Amino acid sequence: MSTQATARKTEVQQVDTVTIRFVGDSGDGMQLTGTEFTKASALAGNDLATFPDYPAEIRAPAGSLFGVSGYQLNFGSKKILTPGDAPDVLVAMNPAALKMNLPDLKAGGMLIVNSDAFTALNLEKAGYKSNPLEDPTVAENFRVHLVDMTKLTEAALEGSGLSSKEVGRCRNYFALGILYWMYSRPVEQQLQAIAKKFAKKPEFVEPNQKVFKAGYAYGETAEIFERYVVPPSKLRPGTYRNVTGNFATALGFATVARLTGRTVFLGSYPITPATEILHEMANMKEHGVVTYQAEDEIAGIGSAIGAAFGGALACTSTSGPGLALKTEMMGLAVITELPLVIVDVQRGGPSTGMPTKTEQADLLQAIFGRHGESPLPVLAAQSPADCFWSAMEAMRIAVKWMTPVILLTDGYLGNGSEPFRIPDVEELPKFEVKYQTGKNYANGTEFMPYLRDEKLVRPWAIPGTPGLEHRVGGLEKDSLTGMVSYDGLNHEKMVKTRAQKIRNVVEDVPDLEVFGASTGDLLLVSWGGTFGSVRAAAEVLQAQGKKVSHVHLRWINPLPKNLGAILKGFGKVLVPEVNDGQMAFYLRGKFPGVDPLQFNRINGKPIKIRDLVGKVLEVL
Amino acid sequence: MSTTNLQTAPTALPVYAKKDFESGVDPRWCPGCGDYSIINQVQKTLPAVGVKRENIVFVSGIGCSSRFPYYMNNYGMHTLHGRAPAFASGLKVSRPELQVWVMTGDGDALAIGGNHFIHVMRRNLDVKLVMFNNRIYGLTKGQVSPTSELHKKTKSTPQGSPDYPFNPPLLALGAGATFVARTIDVEGAHMGAMLKAAAGHKGSAFIEVYQNCPVFNDGAYTSLTDKAVRADRIIRMEEGKPLVFGKDGKKGLRFDARTMDLEIVTIGENGVTEQDLLVHDSTREDPTISFMLAGMAARPGFPTPIGVFRNVRKPTCEEMTWEMIEDTKKKRGGDLQKLLSGGDSWTIK
Repeated sequence: MSTQATARKTEVQQVDTVTIRFVGDSGDGMQLTGTEFTKASALAGNDLATFPDYPAEIRAPAGSLFGVSGYQLNFGSKKILTPGDAPDVLVAMNPAALKMNLPDLKAGGMLIVNSDAFTALNLEKAGYKSNPLEDPTVAENFRVHLVDMTKLTEAALEGSGLSSKEVGRCRNYFALGILYWMYSRPVEQQLQAIAKKFAKKPEFVEPNQKVFKAGYAYGETAEIFERYVVPPSKLRPGTYRNVTGNFATALGFATVARLTGRTVFLGSYPITPATEILHEMANMKEHGVVTYQAEDEIAGIGSAIGAAFGGALACTSTSGPGLALKTEMMGLAVITELPLVIVDVQRGGPSTGMPTKTEQADLLQAIFGRHGESPLPVLAAQSPADCFWSAMEAMRIAVKWMTPVILLTDGYLGNGSEPFRIPDVEELPKFEVKYQTGKNYANGTEFMPYLRDEKLVRPWAIPGTPGLEHRVGGLEKDSLTGMVSYDGLNHEKMVKTRAQKIRNVVEDVPDLEVFGASTGDLLLVSWGGTFGSVRAAAEVLQAQGKKVSHVHLRWINPLPKNLGAILKGFGKVLVPEVNDGQMAFYLRGKFPGVDPLQFNRINGKPIKIRDLVGKVLEVL
Repeated sequence: MSTTNLQTAPTALPVYAKKDFESGVDPRWCPGCGDYSIINQVQKTLPAVGVKRENIVFVSGIGCSSRFPYYMNNYGMHTLHGRAPAFASGLKVSRPELQVWVMTGDGDALAIGGNHFIHVMRRNLDVKLVMFNNRIYGLTKGQVSPTSELHKKTKSTPQGSPDYPFNPPLLALGAGATFVARTIDVEGAHMGAMLKAAAGHKGSAFIEVYQNCPVFNDGAYTSLTDKAVRADRIIRMEEGKPLVFGKDGKKGLRFDARTMDLEIVTIGENGVTEQDLLVHDSTREDPTISFMLAGMAARPGFPTPIGVFRNVRKPTCEEMTWEMIEDTKKKRGGDLQKLLSGGDSWTIK
């Protein structure tokens, strides 16, 4: 709380940013508490960014360290770039959650604890030898509020007729109530939200509302909490909603369907953390979206390629292991030159790795991970809301250039959220999709499926078009007729042509804008989901007078035309990544002589601003 | 939503001849290969199925059989080993008006592509899958396939194969196919009838074609097709007719209610008359009898059935998919601005 001052209790203080982390058992409802409070902050006009952090197990054993689920929210009246490094407020529902998260809490930060959960058994499960709440250093370092949430919830629901298990499930609303009071949020709004959420189980509406109100009243009457107000942010005028990256991706594809008037086909197989794209698109059928849950990852992309041959705007969504399974298919999409978008919501790998944790380690797989010479465009979204624009852009490139395109997002972008400025449909750029309708060769007497235009793009002729019957496939094709060809020179020509076509895509890649001076001591080069952290670090460093600038890559292949020139303007280049240095490796190959320094975090979490600032200060 | 920008009014179905379905590319199968017989029958059958040439798509995987689309003058996709049903599924779901054929082999469909095979069948997608079963890997020059007989000696099983084979119609029935048939490459007219029936079926269709590979597995089916034994070894399943076989048509299949099993009987012996025989009905809702008939191919002493095992009409995957799409459109209208705006939004001035 950067502008916080010590004030008397219940006096409302104005603060400009706050980071709150809610932590508890995976069954404690922390994701719900987090998203509800996020919604309230969004409706209050705050800019924000969120980061849910949950275990892979659906219901891990209660009280265990690996079952801890968390949700971090950074909101404020100024521009918010990341979910925040360290929380100002930590809400911990049990000892395991406290143990896993207390080290992150800012010194002097507020700790709100459900003290009822600190039983001997839970302490033992968390590996505590003694009760940390009795540890004097905790009280010295943090502003601790012990709240008997379990008992207070039970008291609020006395005589409700709910079982003790059901009563326990309402506890998270008590915590939410306290926070509503602390941050001066309107109660009525949440009461309505509860009514809506339990519309199908009306017997739970009143109890949850009761507990929420009890929590709010507790905050008000206990006279132990500070009270804050966070003014609305000065975002660009417009109407906003909060979106996760996965939802924004789905929204982008549905928008493509409406703009083009064509069918958007998603062939997909459930995989964490990409599955929500399938869920969301399955619920957008009225907009021209057809979804198909395939029997496996291979069939997910295979069905999409089949649909693309039929003229659909096809896409498939997956994460790292699924991308590996799809590689042979991607080769087929490259050689058949059919439009397709492959969305990879990256997670910790290799293999099953850390499915619910974020990582950027599929970069080289995306660029190079196919057999044969198999180049394709690679685009990486930079924020949850940018997933909307990136999905549309990826599809536009796929169709214009008749090529598969990989769109990289990651678990952090996919599950994280931020405000999205809702575009006016009329303002969106037009997107026309045309198929070949007539013969294109020998004065319109023959059809040549591989006759290219000046940009090297081949025509898209789809079944149902009389006279253009032709065959595509995985065998190398004659460069004109599309007949199977084993001619070595023809193969070489086709390999080079396909590569040149992808290089030509650079005409659609915008030049990079340097954040900061165009020359200086150090250039931060980021890509994908680390945009927020790296931009925030650059702001901190520039405010300290350091000659540090930042460029962010959305386009990975082709790289922006002016990147090489920009790199030359700086004494040092530093590439922060959530992997072991893949972009740095790529840049070394692309720009011989440039040897970027690396800053790598591979801990399943976004890069922290203070860690990156520290690294830059160390190498400057 | 449309997937075509053709503005022309629908035209009448042209009168087609066999040559209208020939791409002009000369097939490169070995001389004497059963595949020639199959393509011949397909090209002969298509003029009569009532679908425009440009609305028919052939999809294939990898293997000798999978070169098929190159030789057809239709839209075609030669895809990846075993994956043809996946492509066909996406195409059919997104373009239900197209007639989609998958041409595949025993290795392609049942080994590397086994998963896609069972799922295209269970979904009852209107895809016609013709499996050329030569019980061998041909394009890789002679290894056991999932339909090779137990103990078969090949290059990859020099001491004999320890693997039991699939019974493909049983597998298709088990996976939920709504049309299942078997035919033989040397039985041209019969094959034509099966292809035509599959073309007319709405739903997942599976045809197993016993196909001879003259190079790597020559004579795989001569024990069935040899003139001297054919009548006794093959039983032709004909709709509404008693199941009879044998040179004089006196042998038949009877269902024994006590053993719950099929038995072979002879008309005129032990008081057996034609009325005692099982009458073929491929449209039974319950597939139990179809399973019994399909299982006969592997039973000692029983003839191998050819013809249609099962032919039932059920709503297809793509029909239900588009019904849901149309229903959703009706209920929700589909205002994009509303979708973009969502429920919880706020305005900054």
